[in-house]
Amino acid sequence: MPDTNPDPGAGRPDPDALLRSAAQEGRGRLKIFLGAAPGVGKTYEMLSEGAARRRDGVDVIVGVVETHGRTETEALTRGHEIVSRRDVPYEGRTLHEMDLDAILARAPRLVLVDELAHTNAPGSRHPKRYQDVEELLAAGIDVYSTINIQHVESLNDIVASFTRVRVRETVPDSVLERAEIEVVDIPPDELIERLRAGKVYLSEEATRALGHFFSRSNLSALRELALRRAAQAVDARMLDDVRALGLGGTWAGSDRIVVAINELPGAEALVRAAKRVADGLRGPWTALFVETPRAAHFTDVQHARVAAAMTLATQLGAAVATVPATSVVEGIQNFLADARATQLVIGKSRRSRWFELRHGSVVDWLIRATPGVAIHVMPVGGTGGREPRGIRPPARWGTPVGYVATGGLIAAITAGGIALQPAFDLGNLALLYLLPVMVGASLYGLRTGLFAGLTSSLAYNFFFLPPVGTLSISNPENVVSVIVLLGIAFATSQLTARVRAQADLATASARTNATLAGFLRQIASVNDPDVAAQMICDDVRRLLDVQVVLLGSPGGTELDVLAASDPGYRLDTMDNAAARWAFDNGVPTGMGSGTLAASGWLFQPLRAGDRVVAVLGVANEAGGQPVRADQQPLLSSLIDQSALVMERLRLQTEMRDVDVVRTRDRLRAALLSSVSHDLRTPLTAVIGAAGELDHGCTPELIGTIQAEAARLNRFVSNLLDMARVEAGAIKLAVEPIDLSDAVTSAAHDARRALEGHPIRLDVPPDLPLVRVDPQLLHHCLLNLLDNAGRYGDPGTEIVIEGSNRYGEVRLAVLDHGPGLPNGSEAEVFETFTRLEGSDRAIGGTGLGLAIVKAFAEAMGMTVEAENREDGAAFTLAFPSALIVREPAPERLT
Amino acid sequence: MPAKILVVDDDAAIRRLLRNTLVRASYTVVEAADAKGALRQAAAEQPSAILLDLGLPDRDGLSIIPLLRSHSDAAILVVSAREAVDDKVAALDLGAEDFVTKPFDTDELLARLRVALRLHQMLGAPPRIVRRGDLTIDLDLRTVSRNEQEVHLTRKEHDVLEVLARHIGRIVTHEKLLSACWGGEEEPRVEYLRIVIRNLRQKLEAPALVGTVIANELGVGYRLRTES
Repeated sequence: MPDTNPDPGAGRPDPDALLRSAAQEGRGRLKIFLGAAPGVGKTYEMLSEGAARRRDGVDVIVGVVETHGRTETEALTRGHEIVSRRDVPYEGRTLHEMDLDAILARAPRLVLVDELAHTNAPGSRHPKRYQDVEELLAAGIDVYSTINIQHVESLNDIVASFTRVRVRETVPDSVLERAEIEVVDIPPDELIERLRAGKVYLSEEATRALGHFFSRSNLSALRELALRRAAQAVDARMLDDVRALGLGGTWAGSDRIVVAINELPGAEALVRAAKRVADGLRGPWTALFVETPRAAHFTDVQHARVAAAMTLATQLGAAVATVPATSVVEGIQNFLADARATQLVIGKSRRSRWFELRHGSVVDWLIRATPGVAIHVMPVGGTGGREPRGIRPPARWGTPVGYVATGGLIAAITAGGIALQPAFDLGNLALLYLLPVMVGASLYGLRTGLFAGLTSSLAYNFFFLPPVGTLSISNPENVVSVIVLLGIAFATSQLTARVRAQADLATASARTNATLAGFLRQIASVNDPDVAAQMICDDVRRLLDVQVVLLGSPGGTELDVLAASDPGYRLDTMDNAAARWAFDNGVPTGMGSGTLAASGWLFQPLRAGDRVVAVLGVANEAGGQPVRADQQPLLSSLIDQSALVMERLRLQTEMRDVDVVRTRDRLRAALLSSVSHDLRTPLTAVIGAAGELDHGCTPELIGTIQAEAARLNRFVSNLLDMARVEAGAIKLAVEPIDLSDAVTSAAHDARRALEGHPIRLDVPPDLPLVRVDPQLLHHCLLNLLDNAGRYGDPGTEIVIEGSNRYGEVRLAVLDHGPGLPNGSEAEVFETFTRLEGSDRAIGGTGLGLAIVKAFAEAMGMTVEAENREDGAAFTLAFPSALIVREPAPERLT
Repeated sequence: MPAKILVVDDDAAIRRLLRNTLVRASYTVVEAADAKGALRQAAAEQPSAILLDLGLPDRDGLSIIPLLRSHSDAAILVVSAREAVDDKVAALDLGAEDFVTKPFDTDELLARLRVALRLHQMLGAPPRIVRRGDLTIDLDLRTVSRNEQEVHLTRKEHDVLEVLARHIGRIVTHEKLLSACWGGEEEPRVEYLRIVIRNLRQKLEAPALVGTVIANELGVGYRLRTES
């Protein structure tokens, strides 16, 4: 719903006003020198005041000034630092535009920018100079600028109405509302005097156009407008202050104004009129578009008009709303009630009397339907008839099938009637003719119904009413029958048309809702940001039939394309700049927006809270506006939902990252404490033994050094393995492995560490090959053998036993010793679990078994520990998925 | 005249260790600390073998193997802490004779060096009869006997054993074995090789651990062990 606040009388600060004043903090201040007409001396005034500020020690530069060769003005620019203009080549000419980036880079305290209403050369960052100024203000730079009253958006129509000169270059009122305004005022006579003395610069073209512009009466009117506008600005600012402070009282107007936008030419004038009403009443206002079934058949021009009017309304500070309804009157009526509006501004087309007789006047209906609401009726351009019609609903003329079907029915009834005539009463026959009329009207619409009614009455008249065989009626009673037939056709078709329209509307709205719900349901289950991005693009493409790209900044700096609906999309530098702008500033950019409109794409920010999480770009493959006005609400909903989804995924990733970091920290701490033990112990032995060598070399000392160094080496490779596991950097190089081969290699490599433990291999030679990573398997086996050697009783045998049972290959390493403490069978694979009581006696971090488990699981195997009668058994299981089918024997011989 | 060995390693302690070991085994030793020095020394000194570390400060050791090959006829033995199978295969493919992983056993290193030198000198004139322990492999007659008893081998088993025997003491990569023995067939697969090797072992080896004849270099290939 649109904003229908503020709450009058409450002593509570108005959040919007507070926001506005907060937004002002840190922004530059804008001062506008407002004149009634060219030649009043705005530029001169601006420069003088700039010079005064500079004398006060303020850092002032001139961004752009048009002196038009006037010497007094030119003299004033001297002494100012002037930013040189940017040359923009355009259609063979070179235009000199203000260099926005140079000013931003120079970052003065105050910049003087002449001609606020100027339109920039095509291809500039912003189409309008006031948008450049906005950017300067946003950068914290104060701006002085000038404007003539006829360039103020909301006064454009009024000025045009009495001067008959319409200027294209207008500045939204919202810009003026945030500015301090100084009226540069000279009496009309003096201005005319200056004009005669040639002190006012006018181009040749303008001289011709302005021939009667500078009449005394015109200038007086313009001057009055300028003064009133300035006073209004002061009022508005005061109002803002009061609201921000929550003083309440009678300040906040109790009027709420709604303007109903239509698709006719002149909709923009309607918006400007509403703005004046709203300003006069100091009330919040809303531009309302009632989306009736008819809107589906608007032409592109009509769609564009509605969109333009809505955009203008936003620029002028209105809230906008689109409501679906079966009729304009109904939509407006409901909205007025919901919004508790007190004033309605509505346009009335200059339609023919005939049109109004047939359709009734919307205004009349409204006056009856909305008591208590003041209605302002503005004439809007265009006579209803000349407006090119949109594509009509085919149902209006009905389908050929309808005419054939009803015609056939009538023929059948007529034939039946003739055959049975003597037996039939004429009145009953007339009733029978109702049947095709009802069928035609209800199934095929008004025209078909009327056709049926007319045909029926003609047939009835011709074949049955005396005198039979003519179309004349002898009995006046029978005239009634004909009228009744036609009347029923009319009433039925109206009723069914209404019902159908409502049903269509409900269907459309249900479709939109279902679409949204479907989109949400699908995307709610997605946990991968890339998948979500692609889904967003595909869905928007499917629903709106536009090209879609989604851009984001996962790395934090560069803006990258996250996904696109069509792989062949193209973004040129302008498009990228527009996307970047939308991302950085959280505003729509590109085609159809106010910024970088030369881009072929329309970029809309996806906002979550106060941050922009991504930018969605849409483009029409055929060129032209990407999104129709009636699609905008759906797109907005999709964008809002997408933003929430992306934010959710971002938070999820962040949470997961935090979790990983936490786990890693915990591991790192544990690792440090145990590493210091396990590294230092063998090192101590090596260093000590090496020192002893000075006093004589004994085989025992050399053996100690070798054994301890080997232990260190084993420990370091385990650390490396663990680091790989922790970093998630296990890369599998899977190949078919012969387990007897693997076991032999492992036993061979482990034989030194297992001094004193004979190894027995009990691996049947016919075990199938398995598909695993040979290195990882080797490390698993080495660790299991090492573990068996460490916990088995000295001198006992270590057995590796292979088996193939129930489609699963198993490899068990068995030791003979005390076995595992009861209940610790699963725990032993946890990192740094060292079995109780055994830790002092036997070295080892407990990394080994954790590595076995991590590697085994990475390869799709499982590992388990259990106690046997006389020791522990560690079993690696290779599920059937890893087993390689035996190769054909002919390959092997 | 003792063979001249070039030791390339950026770590002075490793160079010292290798020099001591090699001098003890009566080799002449020259040293280089980086890739540039290695290339210069290889060209100037024309060593018989080069012990090459891969982690050199100025260039990756792998990348200079072809350069060393073109500068000298030396047998190249990679001595590196890198364990990755890819690095090993790459080193062999680029023309290294063998590799030894750090930390190494000095006796093992010397044994590998001997094999590499011998093989290198033998190039072009492969032995016709390979003897190893109780095994005798006659490459000309295509016969294998164990304890003077002829062992019956299938054609593939013989093919594989022959390739290994021609390179005795040296790693033969899976690809090499597969293309040599299954070259004509479409898509030769490692599992054929595994089974053939398993069968060979059953026929040629005693069911003991130590002294296995065919050594498995994990993920890289196979080697027919010399007696040590």
